[in-house]
Amino acid sequence: MTKTINLTLKVWRQQSATIKGGFETYHASNISTDMSFLEMLDVVNEQLTLDCREPIAFDHDCREGICGQCGSVINGRPHGPEKGTTLCQLHMRHFNDGDTIAIEPFRAKAFKVLKDLVVDRSALDKIIQAGGYVSVNTGGTPDANAIPVPKEIAEKAMDAAACIGCGACVASCPNASAMLFVGAKVSQLALLPQGKPEAARRVTFMVQTMDELGFGNCSNERECEAECPKEISITNIARMNREFFKAGLFSSTR
Amino acid sequence: MNWFVSMLGSSIGKKLMMAITGLSFCGFLVAHLAGNLFIYGGRDAFNSYADHLHSLGPLVNLAEIGLLTLALIHILTGATLFYENLRARPDRYSVNKSAGGRTIGSATMPYSGFFLLFFVIFHLFNFHFVDKTHLTIFDIVSKAFSNPIYVIFYILAMIIAGLHVSHGLWSAFQTLGANHPKYMPIIMMVSLVFSLIVGIGFGFLPVYISLIA
Ligand code: HEM
Ligand code: SF4
Ligand code: FES
Repeated sequence: MTKTINLTLKVWRQQSATIKGGFETYHASNISTDMSFLEMLDVVNEQLTLDCREPIAFDHDCREGICGQCGSVINGRPHGPEKGTTLCQLHMRHFNDGDTIAIEPFRAKAFKVLKDLVVDRSALDKIIQAGGYVSVNTGGTPDANAIPVPKEIAEKAMDAAACIGCGACVASCPNASAMLFVGAKVSQLALLPQGKPEAARRVTFMVQTMDELGFGNCSNERECEAECPKEISITNIARMNREFFKAGLFSSTR
Repeated sequence: MNWFVSMLGSSIGKKLMMAITGLSFCGFLVAHLAGNLFIYGGRDAFNSYADHLHSLGPLVNLAEIGLLTLALIHILTGATLFYENLRARPDRYSVNKSAGGRTIGSATMPYSGFFLLFFVIFHLFNFHFVDKTHLTIFDIVSKAFSNPIYVIFYILAMIIAGLHVSHGLWSAFQTLGANHPKYMPIIMMVSLVFSLIVGIGFGFLPVYISLIA
């Protein structure tokens, strides 16, 4: 038999971006501990719908920890209390019967709350558009091994590429800084030969865009690294800083 | 030069200025503490150290102007960052919980920093902008620390200075891009040891002076 628990939820409800929101209390009864956090919210929403009340809006897509859509702040922790876990992969067995759980949206000036727990994270997309890509002329597919890449470098690039763009780093940062996200995106390309030709303009424009969008300034609090569901390291921030200084001082990009 | 100004004005540029000025202060603290150790040599040793220092004349003035410039950059940039970071999250969370990244040092940087600003001004008025025609610097210092309130305040200030550099030192390296799996643990350790040296090294001086006074 699966264990079930009863919970009290304090959920941020907000009708739209322009209407002021507030917390509402709900009871989640007979929640199987095998459920994920989002499945628990589904159960609550089903009941709300049956009661002819507006269900809680929250973002989600893959529900297997790879798309970066889900994410809310659970008792003060983006994606909840488990290390290296997205909210969709957080299981209710990590909660106890009778717990009260506060659920709030990610908060930052650059992330507007659209409805309840749904936030607009398109600011992260704008940063990517500013330079988070490589330009490659199409043609015949080159051999995968045509350009040798040392294994250590490939692994570092792969670790940085694990970022799913969920925005939890921004949400957890005391300064609402996006440096971990941008650091990961800059590093992933700067490390590899394919990313080198555009490295200087990439880091310059991505940082410029990040600043314009109203994200805060990193003060090396390391909350992002501790909270990131993909455990992206702040060494990527240091690498971005190096790339930024290099581009600023030694390239013609301005 | 436009590109240079816009580079320094960016988020990473402002961090760069904090790191360079902060590291320079750490260098200053080393020199200042080394000089202050002459106090353990007694009245004459300390006074002759002070005389030697002041006999450098224009070099001292140059260092003072340098430090003042660094301080202005550090304080103005720090205040800008503090203000911008507050504005970056206009709606606060109702529940705040650390995931274990921040330390007391890192979480209090702007506050310990502003405290240090007031301390530095107070300190300069205590021992720098004073009439030294009739009293030697050692006498001024020992007179000040015969007052237990001064001793306590200075100890407190040095603990706060230690707290500020406990985060500041390693953070400056990270900002400069010097984060390497081989060296970061050493930098972390050095930051901890340095902050203890600052806290205990400077903090014990007022105690010693009040004991011998
Ligand atoms: C005079 C008053 C001072 C003020 C107002 C002040 C303020 C600050 C602030 C607000 C920060 C954090 C910057 C950020 O979050 O990015 C900071 C960082 C720092 N401070 Fe200070 N500080 C002062 C004095 C000192 C002193 C005396 C030292 C040297 C021992 C020092 C060394 C540092 C270092 C190394 C950093 C780290 C830079 C980085 O994170 O890259 N500060 N200071
Ligand atoms: S760095 Fe981590 S927390 Fe930030 S967006 Fe990427 S996966 Fe999410
Ligand atoms: S829903 Fe895709 S990562 Fe959680």
